[in-house]
Amino acid sequence: MVDFSLSENDERILDAMREQSRVVRRYARYYDDNENELPPDALPEVVNFRSPYKDVEFEEGIDTPRHVLHVLVSAIQAWGDYGVLMKRIGEGLGNGVLTAAGTDEQRARWQRCTLAIAMTEPGCGSDPKSIQTTAVRDGDEWVLNGEKIFVTAGCRAEGVVVAATVDKNLGYKGIKPFVVMKGMPGFEVSHREKKMGIRADDTATLLLNNVRVPGDHLLGACDDSAAGFRAIMTALNRNRPVVGVAGVGIASAALDFTREKLKEEGIEIVWGVGKQGRSAVQQELIEIEADIEAATLGLLHAAWVSGGNEWKARPTSIAKAKAGEVARTATQRCLALLGGLGLSREYLVEKWFRDARITDLYGGTGEIQRLIIARDILGYSSAELP
Amino acid sequence: MISFALTDEQRLLRETVRKFAQTELREVARACDEASRLPDELLATVADLGLVAGVMPESFGGGGSDRSPVTNTLLAEELGAGDSSLGLAAVAPALFAIPVLEFGTEAQKEQLLPMFSEPGFHAASMALHEAHFGFDAAALRTVAAPAPGGYRLTGSKRFVPLGDRASHILVIARLEESGLEGLEAFVVPRDSKGLECAPEPEKTLGLQALPTAALELDGVEVASEARLGGENGIDGARLINLCRVAGAAFAVGASRTVLEYATAYAKDRLVSGRPIAQKQAIAFMLADMEVEVNAMRHLVWKAASELEQRRDASRMATLASDYVRRKSMEIADKGVQILGGHGYIRDYPMEMWYRNMRALTILDGVGIV
Repeated sequence: MVDFSLSENDERILDAMREQSRVVRRYARYYDDNENELPPDALPEVVNFRSPYKDVEFEEGIDTPRHVLHVLVSAIQAWGDYGVLMKRIGEGLGNGVLTAAGTDEQRARWQRCTLAIAMTEPGCGSDPKSIQTTAVRDGDEWVLNGEKIFVTAGCRAEGVVVAATVDKNLGYKGIKPFVVMKGMPGFEVSHREKKMGIRADDTATLLLNNVRVPGDHLLGACDDSAAGFRAIMTALNRNRPVVGVAGVGIASAALDFTREKLKEEGIEIVWGVGKQGRSAVQQELIEIEADIEAATLGLLHAAWVSGGNEWKARPTSIAKAKAGEVARTATQRCLALLGGLGLSREYLVEKWFRDARITDLYGGTGEIQRLIIARDILGYSSAELP
Repeated sequence: MISFALTDEQRLLRETVRKFAQTELREVARACDEASRLPDELLATVADLGLVAGVMPESFGGGGSDRSPVTNTLLAEELGAGDSSLGLAAVAPALFAIPVLEFGTEAQKEQLLPMFSEPGFHAASMALHEAHFGFDAAALRTVAAPAPGGYRLTGSKRFVPLGDRASHILVIARLEESGLEGLEAFVVPRDSKGLECAPEPEKTLGLQALPTAALELDGVEVASEARLGGENGIDGARLINLCRVAGAAFAVGASRTVLEYATAYAKDRLVSGRPIAQKQAIAFMLADMEVEVNAMRHLVWKAASELEQRRDASRMATLASDYVRRKSMEIADKGVQILGGHGYIRDYPMEMWYRNMRALTILDGVGIV
């Protein structure tokens, strides 16, 4: 039965998350101002908090499936702050590649480490097939050379899964994942990127200069199958809904703030009044709220149809495309509605405006999502619709 | 719990209506649009489908299905996908039957509902829209003034679906309060004294196959029993929300059809030897349309679900109808653009959908879930 109501247990979980997010928000400005400091793995208040799911039993058929509810939980997390977390989870995106492509031995060896993914390069982003970083076999070792940018958690991570090509003639089938650990000679963090927003986030540029890694640092087999490449792409794609959810969380924060401040000025939405009975500002508030609602429902839908398994490509791209668009436009419009005072760093709304903009860029730009959607509805390959 | 799952019954019903809409409505849509004609044969088929009779209580000869705005929303999407003009005509009697079912006293139900379960198509309707620009259901001008033994109705109504043939019309008027809370509904037989009911003086931009009428109520006297719900009246906000969601659901279906047609066209249409669908300028438009059809549908489902659970759905109905008003028009606009000149030619259906789309989300009170 189609239903969008929340059970008591659902509400308890979301309330617990909200409480946690209010605490996190107190740190938001500090780590935006001090971008050279990484937020701690756990905030001091963490001792008072437990997982929002803790102590809430799941009742089948009454409570929202956890993989669906998690969309709302994560959105509230981003509503608190996108970069600062109550407690950081140990896994990086690279751990997903390890799980998918690694042998039992490799998994046992590195699963406790935080592994980032290094994919993007100065000359290639949305076209991972064009990777220039090379891995050349030399006896029992691989020699890696190249430059990787936009590596999320690249400073913090203990190791990085580097996408490198073993044979450019093989195209994407030649692209393999290599585990490169910090401290290996020739491997260095060049710098931490200075960004418009999400400054608490650690985004690194990494240099690989004749880095020699043992043969067993290649995850999976060195054959001409696309398995290694797919494992990397799958791990990255898994981040797609996460980014979309963060987008609606930030947009909601901006709208909540805008609504509250405008209400103090005597402006609020009156439901039920027709279009002709509204002011332009009321109309705009309704449009922003509808956009955020639509984006949230899209993400819930993608989670629902994916059934807790790997996220399905089409609904996920649909949801991400919408969420990215809404995150940027909603925050832009909220600032316009608030007037000049919203620009002041006294409030967080200017930060949300900066933070939100990333969500239509990484995890696949809005244009990449539209390519994926278009190919799918047209039945075209990437060669037919490049 | 959050769920996007349809029941087996909903799937089955949706499939039936989809088949009907894609064949019987779609095939005659253009001819009916050109001739501004609603075929009697079509209404006979509609009656056999039992779209309205199905949800009437068994005690009144109906199918006794559970009252479900969500199910009706699914069906509205399918009818809109086939042809919104004919689709609205097919379910227009619900504009009368559903409010009676929801808000009527037992006596009113007993008197007014059995006619919808009799053989053949029974036309009845609702009169909401009024004869002035910038119409807003929350600021109604038609008034019901208390009179000895009942009420006196005065006002001008426009675009009453099937108003040319409806045996009964539910006239929506303001009693005392302003706003949606002040709305009341009155059962007015078409032969009432002081009621002038004439076909719309001119054809409309879109929805041409849907016959509509203009009503002049010049102090029409009705007995107090004619007030729907008796002394308690109706829930005006709920009535308007049920209507707004219906218009939006039709637009979702119509948008879906625009997208499907434009997608097929773009794959067929060659420019310099290659399908235009292989150009990102076109492909991205299609992708945007797909994104928005989904977004609109989800909003409409959520609003319908709140109505089904009898929650206060004013927020969601406003969000959904406002969103669909913006996005469905964008979709039809892109549909015309993708077809280029063919989007403007009446040999193709796109220009008809473009016209219909504009009507769907601005014409309050032509559908109900």
